[in-house]
Amino acid sequence: MSVRIRVNGVEKTLDVDPEMPLLWALRDVLGLTGTKYGCGQALCGACTVHLDGQVVRACVTPVRRADGHAVTTIEGLAPEGSHPLQRAWVELGVPQCGFCQAGQIMTAAALLKAKPKPSDDEIDQSMAGNLCRCGAYPRIRAAIRKAAGMPEGER
Amino acid sequence: MSQGVVRVTRRSFLVGLNLSLAGLAIGLPALADEPSGRAGPSPRAAAPEDGPGLHPNPFVHVAPDGTVTIVCHRSEMGQGVRSSIPVLIADELGADMARVVIRQADGDKKYGDQNTDGSSSIRKFYDDLRYVGATARTMLVAAAAAKWKVKPETCEARGNMVHHAPTKRSLGFGELAEAAGKLPVPKREDVKLRPKSELTRVNSPVLPLLDGPAVVTGQAVFGADLKLPDMLIAVIARPPVVGGKVARYDASRAMKIPGVKRVVEMPAATRPYGFQPWGGIAVLAENSWAAMRGRAALDITWDPGENAVYDSATYREKLLASVREAGTPYRNVGDVDAALAKAARVVEAEYVVPHLAHMPMEPPVALARVAGGRCEVWAPTQHPQAARTQVAKILGLGEDAVAVHVTLLGGGFGRKSKADFAAEAAFLAREAGVPVRVQWTREDDIHHDYYNAVNAQRLRAGLDANGKVIAWHHRTAFPPIASTFGDVDKPAITDLQQGVLDVALDVPNVRAEGCKAQAHVRIGWYRSVYNIFHAFGIGSMIDEIAHARGADPRDVWLEIIGPPRTMSLQDLGVEKLVNYGEKLEKHPVDAGRLRRVIERVTASSNWSGRKKDGRGYGLAAHRSFVTYTAVVLAVVPDERNKVRVDEAWICMDAGSVVNQDRARAQMEGSVVMGISNAFFGGITMKGGRAEQSNFRDARIARIGEVPRKIHVDLVPSDGPPCGVGEPGVPPVGPALANAVFALTGKRIREVPIVRGLFA
Repeated sequence: MSVRIRVNGVEKTLDVDPEMPLLWALRDVLGLTGTKYGCGQALCGACTVHLDGQVVRACVTPVRRADGHAVTTIEGLAPEGSHPLQRAWVELGVPQCGFCQAGQIMTAAALLKAKPKPSDDEIDQSMAGNLCRCGAYPRIRAAIRKAAGMPEGER
Repeated sequence: MSQGVVRVTRRSFLVGLNLSLAGLAIGLPALADEPSGRAGPSPRAAAPEDGPGLHPNPFVHVAPDGTVTIVCHRSEMGQGVRSSIPVLIADELGADMARVVIRQADGDKKYGDQNTDGSSSIRKFYDDLRYVGATARTMLVAAAAAKWKVKPETCEARGNMVHHAPTKRSLGFGELAEAAGKLPVPKREDVKLRPKSELTRVNSPVLPLLDGPAVVTGQAVFGADLKLPDMLIAVIARPPVVGGKVARYDASRAMKIPGVKRVVEMPAATRPYGFQPWGGIAVLAENSWAAMRGRAALDITWDPGENAVYDSATYREKLLASVREAGTPYRNVGDVDAALAKAARVVEAEYVVPHLAHMPMEPPVALARVAGGRCEVWAPTQHPQAARTQVAKILGLGEDAVAVHVTLLGGGFGRKSKADFAAEAAFLAREAGVPVRVQWTREDDIHHDYYNAVNAQRLRAGLDANGKVIAWHHRTAFPPIASTFGDVDKPAITDLQQGVLDVALDVPNVRAEGCKAQAHVRIGWYRSVYNIFHAFGIGSMIDEIAHARGADPRDVWLEIIGPPRTMSLQDLGVEKLVNYGEKLEKHPVDAGRLRRVIERVTASSNWSGRKKDGRGYGLAAHRSFVTYTAVVLAVVPDERNKVRVDEAWICMDAGSVVNQDRARAQMEGSVVMGISNAFFGGITMKGGRAEQSNFRDARIARIGEVPRKIHVDLVPSDGPPCGVGEPGVPPVGPALANAVFALTGKRIREVPIVRGLFA
C-alpha cells in the first residue's frame, strides 16, 4: 500500500506496510534521522514529531495515520535552524549528549504555539513525556522561557 | 537526504547565531548520499598524517592553507569533550578556532588511552594535550624565526599566525606549515607551555558548544543514523538469562514477515562473559520495523543456564548475611573491636542499593561491514580500542584489519565502554555478506546490561561519652566488575578505593572490610560506579550519628573528617590506594578540600537557616575520581511521590577546569541522575531475568521530578585537573535520604527511596 504524506512541506509517497510506525518510515525509508528511537512505547518522547501541528510519538503512530496529513520533523521545524527554541537551546548550552533533544524541541515548539508564555507548571506538564538521561532539564526549562521571551529563571 | 527538506548549512546557521565557529567538522550527512559509502564523524577531513604541512604528532596537522586539524581522541557522550580537548590544544597552539577542523579519532593505540571512562579525559591528558599544541607552536615559531633570522623567543603565536613585534612582521600558520614540517620535532623538555593566563578560551566562563547547532537541527550523527548500501538491520532475540543458550528454534514464521531476509544464530556466551556477544537468534531485515516484527515471530526454547538461580529477593538476604560476618580487612587503624566494646554508644545500620541500569537514551547500536578480509565498524563507543580488539577476536582477524570509527554517543554512562554490541554487528556482517546495523531495543538494553553492582553495607560507629566518634567499622559486599572477566566472588582492595579507603576520617579506630558476593549477571562500570553505594552508606551513617547525638549534621561531618590535612597511606590505614590511577603526591586524600566543599555548599544553601522554611534539608559529601563534591537538597511534600526535591546546591572542587560551562552542566546532570538513581533506581532479577523492561517500570526522573533550581558552585583552583563527569553523582543519593529524614522523620536505608516512602 502506498501512503502519501506531506513531510516538512514536501509531498512524499511511500510504499510501506501501513502499520509501520511513522518513526521507522521517517528514519529508514525517508532518511530523516533527526527523529530518534528511544523506547518504542511512547514512554520517552525521543521520537516526537508534529502531525498536522499536534505532538505525536512517532514510535507508536502507524504511518497510515499520517496518510493525507502533514508531518513536521526537527529537520523541518524552521529554516536554517532559526526557530527561537533552537537559538535558545544553543545559546544556553542545553544539549549534553543531544540524543533526546529533537524530541524535546518538537514538544516545546508545540507548547509555545499553544501557550506563548507557559508557566513552570505548564512546562512540567507538557514536557513530562520527554525524558533526558543526561539531566538537561533545568536548561530545557530555561531555554523554553528564553524562547518565549520570559526571564530564564534561576537554575 | 530527501528532496525538499531544508538543508541546514552550518555556516549560515552559525552566522544566524552570531557565533564564530565556522569550519568545524560537525553535522555530517548520513552515508546514504556518500558514493563511497564510507563515513565517520568527520569522514572527509584530511587525516593529520596525510597531506603536506606540519604534523608533529597524531593529534595536530597544520595545512599550507592554514587549516588546523585537531583530533579528538576521546568519545563525545554529553560531557562536552569535543568542545573542550580541541579548544585546549588550539589555545596552547595559538590557533584561530574559525580555522580549526575537529576530527574524531578512530580506535588506535597511537592516541594512547581512548577509553572514555573514569572521568579522565582532562584529568589524565591535560598536560599531554597542552604539549601536543605547544609542540606544533614551537615548530611554527622556529620556522618563522629562521625565516626572519631572529630569536624564537622574540616571536609570538596567536590568531593562527606567528608575529615578530619588534619588526612588526607576521606570517600565517599556513605559510609556515611546510617549512615547520621539515624541522625535527622538539623533545618535550625543549617545549615550553604557555602560562595559564594565556589560555584565553579555556579561562572563559562559557565555551561554545561545538556540536550544539547540529544537535538542535537533527543533523548530528549518532550510531543509528548511518546507512550503507545493501545494509540490513539486525534485531537479536537474546537469551533472557546471561549464559543461557538456544535449545531449539523455529524461524519459519519470522521468515514470512515482509522485509525479513535472514535469520542467524549467534555464538553462545561462555563464562567469563567479558565483552562477548550475549548469544541468541538474530533477525536481519530491510528495515528496523521488519526486523522487530521478525524477532517477535521467532519461536525459541531457551536453556536458561546456571544463572537462572538468580533471584534479587533471596540475594538481598545473602548480601546482608555476608556483611554480618567478617570480610577481608583492607583498612585498619587502631583497634576497632576494643573501641566498640568500650564505646558509650554504638550507632549501627545496614544499607542496600540494587543493581542500576545505564539506560542511555540511545540504546546500543553498531554498524559493520566485512569485505576483502577487513572489517569496518561505526559505533557510539566509549572505548574504540576495546571494540577493535573484540571485533578482531570474533572474526579471527588481526587488529590491523579492523577499523573502528566513533560516532556521537547518545549517552554512555559506562555502558558503551563495553564492546559486545560492536562484536555482534561484525559477526553478523560477516555471516550475511552485507553491511549490518545491529539495533538494540530499550527492552534489550535493560535486560542485557552490564549493571552497576548490587550492594549491602553494614556500618557501625562507636561514640564516646561526649558523642565523638572513636570507632568506625565499615563492611561492604558487592559482586565486583572483575567477576565479568574472571572467577572472582568478592571485592578486592582495588575496588574499595572507591569511596571506602580514601575517606578522610579523624577517627582513631577504623576498619573496612570487603565481603563475599557472587555475580549472576554481567557487572560493569556505571557512572560513579561503587561510589554510588559507598557514598550512600557513609553519607547516611554520618547523618544518623548526628541525629543520634542531636547535633547539626554539618558539624558532625566536619568533626568526623577532622582538621584540614592530607593523609598518607599510613594515616588511612591502607596498604595501597589505586587513587584512580593518580599518584598520591599529585592528588592526595585532602581533608581540607572535602571540608571546603561542605563549608561552601552549606553557606550558599543557608544551611543554618534551614529550619525556617518548612522544607527538609539533607547534606552529603564525597571524594571520587580525586574530586571533592558536596550537595545540599531541600525536599517538600509531593502529592504523587510523597516527596519532591525542590532545590539543590552542589559544590565541586575539581582542580583546574578546562570548560566551566560543561562542568556546570555535568553538575546539573549529576543532581538529576543522582535523584533517578536513589529515588527511582533499581533493576531486580527473578529466575535470572531482569524484571523491568522499559521506562514504565525502570523509571528515571522527569522534568517535574527534579529541582527547578540547581545551584552549581565550582571552587576556583589552579591545582591539577580532577574528574568532572562522575563525582557529582555520589553525594546526591545520601543527601536525598537525609533530606527525606529531615522532612518526614523516616530513615530510608534502601534504594529506591520512593519504595520506602510508600512502605
